[in-house]
Amino acid sequence: MKKIILIATLLSSAAFADKLLINGAGATFPFPIYSKWFSEYNKLHPDVQINYQSIGSGGGIKQITEKTVDFGASDAPMSAEEMGRAAGIQHIPTVMGAVVVVYNVSSISELRLSPETLAGIFLGKITRWNDPTLAKDNPKAKFPDAAITVVHRSDGSGTTSVFTDYLAKVSPEWKAGPGQGKSVNWPTGLGGKGNEGVTGTVKQTDGGIGYVELAYANQNKLTPAELKNHDGAWVKASLESVSAAAGKAEIPDDYRVSITDAPGKDAYPISGFTWLLVYKDQPDAQKGDALVRFLWWAIHDGQKMAAALDYAPLPAPLVRKVEATLKSITVQGKAVLAERK
Amino acid sequence: MQSASEVVTRTRAVEQTPAARANLPDRAWAAVLTVLGLAVLAVAAMIIAELLRVGGPALKHTGVIAFVGNSVWDVTRDVYGALPFIYGTLVTSGVALVLALPVSIGLALFLTEMAPARMRSIVSFPIALLAGIPSVVYGLWGLFVLVPILRNPIEPLLARTHLPIFTGAPIGLGYLAAGVVMAIMILPTITSIAIEVLQTVPGALREAALALGATRWEAIRIAVLPYARAGIVGATMLGLGRALGETMAVTMVIGNSPTIRASLFAPGYSLPAVIANEFAEASGDMQTGALAALGLLLFAVTVLLNIAARVLVRMSRRGPARVAA
Repeated sequence: MKKIILIATLLSSAAFADKLLINGAGATFPFPIYSKWFSEYNKLHPDVQINYQSIGSGGGIKQITEKTVDFGASDAPMSAEEMGRAAGIQHIPTVMGAVVVVYNVSSISELRLSPETLAGIFLGKITRWNDPTLAKDNPKAKFPDAAITVVHRSDGSGTTSVFTDYLAKVSPEWKAGPGQGKSVNWPTGLGGKGNEGVTGTVKQTDGGIGYVELAYANQNKLTPAELKNHDGAWVKASLESVSAAAGKAEIPDDYRVSITDAPGKDAYPISGFTWLLVYKDQPDAQKGDALVRFLWWAIHDGQKMAAALDYAPLPAPLVRKVEATLKSITVQGKAVLAERK
Repeated sequence: MQSASEVVTRTRAVEQTPAARANLPDRAWAAVLTVLGLAVLAVAAMIIAELLRVGGPALKHTGVIAFVGNSVWDVTRDVYGALPFIYGTLVTSGVALVLALPVSIGLALFLTEMAPARMRSIVSFPIALLAGIPSVVYGLWGLFVLVPILRNPIEPLLARTHLPIFTGAPIGLGYLAAGVVMAIMILPTITSIAIEVLQTVPGALREAALALGATRWEAIRIAVLPYARAGIVGATMLGLGRALGETMAVTMVIGNSPTIRASLFAPGYSLPAVIANEFAEASGDMQTGALAALGLLLFAVTVLLNIAARVLVRMSRRGPARVAA
């Protein structure tokens, strides 16, 4: 009996000793896919355990800047000011998401919104559903003579950042007014906390309109509005149209780019990346090595798990670009993936 | 009153000092207690110091007066005015008190003065239960149950009074919804303390009033309530304290719109709600600083109200004496 206990103790301590623990923190939006990745990767490589705390993009940026975690995660690219504080940070796009516009008007089942109309509604200029600008794009719909209640996120979020980034691109008035950010000074409307707060308020308010993440809308069976993209085509938000948004957009080497209002006939206009933040030169040899290998796995095998969780995978040309970036990441001055083709 | 307490402290001092001098364990014990007592002060001081450290630059950038008096909150442009949040905090807490106070005191009076003793123990159990429900549950209940009821029929009905505080579109979310949710949340606090206080009223007072020919209501009015007034004010202040600091439940139903409106139907914002909403994703020192400054402001409001409560209690303590004289 004693022997068995002794052996068990030895085995378990050996298992603990071999396990490499990598810590990360940041965005909440990609948390479902990240936790799936970390657990799947752990099954393939039992010696690598990745812990992730979804404390929000801002917290992720702070912690990776202070180097209290091994990697950060963010839904919005770091600002120039933030980059200045964290020298040598590399953004790695992992998956893509989109923001969709949801509404609650019982008499209409389909809605098309041009950029001008959408901006007009969120600026508080279009206040009623029977406004002629809405009727122009939706000739068949029977709009009620009812007030539009705008619902936005009250908490700072990457979703708001992407949505306002789009509005600022398509509407000069929005750019000069509320502008772009994780929380802005909304000219009109109610604030709901989180995707669930916005959805709850829209669902309850006749004439409500709001914006939520595509994944959230899909999981809750909401019907989003069709939007007019950069090329003038009407597109529905789908994983394909979101991936298409990264297809023709020009992506710089640091990946700190917004792909809202992207060119391409099939591109959904309010799409965005979510990023992992890692140091270009990894300070810890073992952890850095494991982290880069995990990232390589994530942009290849990991992408296949994205769709099931309502994230759009990175398009193939972008994966090749990220491959090159990963190869350039060094661990104490030495490239990890030099041997990969 | 003061002289009496002085006498008590002096007697205690006389009794304890020689013993403490002689007895080392006693002195050690006293030292430990002193440290523990001072720890509370130290924590409060550290909170203030940290809030000042983080919030200082933003306050300096905006100016304290502009920060408190300005009503524009625009993170993108680093313009920070806290007035809508102060207003929302005070209005919703006020609504909560107006709604909760009569119910709580009525409930406490009923349970202590009217109801049979067994009923008291049966009813106080669900009251204690109410206090134990997490605030996010209150918030969800508010959002999915209360708000639709407020939207229709309550707000349209109230609108018929044509009072300026009941105007505008009945959205459901807003000051009123937040006030009602908070009222339910502070109800157990006020009720249970009021019950304790009312139980301390000497039976002889009540009996004397009844013997003089007072009805039950008159006995409560002239004998019970004046005696318990200080305690009830204290209970109310504790309830108010909870209302001022309430975060999750409020942010879910207040509408989160940094505006100042007279109508209770309108959406607003409160100090704790904006901190909870924006802090996690705050980018840049200015926004973080402004949010810390809001925390400082909330601290200040709480301290001011506590001082007001002390003053009120003092004043009402003198109340019965004056009546007697």
